Amino acid sequence: MIKIDVVKKIGNFDFKVNTTLQLNSTTQITGPSGIGKTTLLKILAGFIQPDLGTILVNSDVWFDKEKKISKKVQERQIGFVFQDYALFPNLTVKEHLKYGTSDLKYVDDLLELGEMTHFENRLPKQLSGGQQQRLAMLRALSTRPKLLLLDEPFAALDTELKKRFITQLKHLFVEQKTTIIIVSHQENELGDDNALEFKLTNQ
Amino acid sequence: MDMEPIWLSIRLAIITTVFLLFIGIPVAYWLSRKQNIFKLIIEGFITMPLVLPPSVLGFYLLLAFSPKNGLGIWLHRNFDLQLVFSFKGLVMASIIYSLPFMISPIKAAFSHLPKSLSDASYVMGKSKIQTFFYILLPNIKPSIFTASVLTFAHTLGEFGVVLMIGGNIPGETKVASIAIYDAVETMDYGSANSYALILFAITFIIVIGVFVLNRNAVKNPFE
Repeated sequence: MIKIDVVKKIGNFDFKVNTTLQLNSTTQITGPSGIGKTTLLKILAGFIQPDLGTILVNSDVWFDKEKKISKKVQERQIGFVFQDYALFPNLTVKEHLKYGTSDLKYVDDLLELGEMTHFENRLPKQLSGGQQQRLAMLRALSTRPKLLLLDEPFAALDTELKKRFITQLKHLFVEQKTTIIIVSHQENELGDDNALEFKLTNQ
Repeated sequence: MDMEPIWLSIRLAIITTVFLLFIGIPVAYWLSRKQNIFKLIIEGFITMPLVLPPSVLGFYLLLAFSPKNGLGIWLHRNFDLQLVFSFKGLVMASIIYSLPFMISPIKAAFSHLPKSLSDASYVMGKSKIQTFFYILLPNIKPSIFTASVLTFAHTLGEFGVVLMIGGNIPGETKVASIAIYDAVETMDYGSANSYALILFAITFIIVIGVFVLNRNAVKNPFE
């Protein structure tokens, strides 16, 4: 279980979250625009430090303001797909994946999964929007994360491709027992009947 | 015409640029991270040579390096270094004088890199050092190049500080800009013209080179 009880001041607004998310399942975070869905993902990843509160993953303390504990981003074993992709302009498609793993077989498998084998030597600027977004997902998977945080990860994909891609991804998620937390405007984005929903509201 | 001042200028500019690359990149990175008042003051000091008359800087460096004062005595006693009226002194003064030309463009480049770029690397388990060398540094290469060229060209044309610290010793501190001044003083306009023309040509080639190499960039490389 991921127990989150945090407060973060953003401008004049107090962003508060108090919830429990399930491990080994998919949770979709919903809520109106600007409510702080991306902020919540970034707090979980450790990019943003809350002002108060705790984050517990099972018995592991990821964050505790009072005890001054904040587990390093590097040690959280997460994958993150950024809304703006945040691809590395200096690395080719294949180099992005090799940056995350030294297992070359796995790199090839991921390239195939994302239908990117033909573009493996291209730089991000030589890719279309959809290809860039697929690369962002593959890069996040390259480290075999336990927890995958996805911020609008399929917005740039057309319906057909998205369907194929998600089917392939779901196999991998099951195989690697990945916990997924996804922010998306699309209802039940991953088409997972067991997916949970966490609605962010203005508390 | 004696070519020695030209070679001396080029040697000074190369050595200064190399030293400043090693000093400038880490300092620029450090300055580009979270701001605080201490960093602002340091940045202020680094920027001073941009606005200060070179003679003012040269005067204080002359006092600081003087073998009669604290720093000068200490350098002489511990490192057998005599910085006034020597090439080593010129290098030291040039490093201080050209600091902002190396640091400002590199700092701006680091600041403009989106934070998500380093976050994306950290989340993949990479340390700050790995992220710096594999992701951040390669993505600001054009700015490092521009900063190096600016530093080189600026050092090449240095006059006031060099005159105060180095004087006019042939083969040691008589760089091209001093040789021009010297030639004009003795009414040798021919030599002055030759030195000036060579400096003009070198600088022009450098500027054109930067424009050619950065021709695909949206912004003017000197901005």
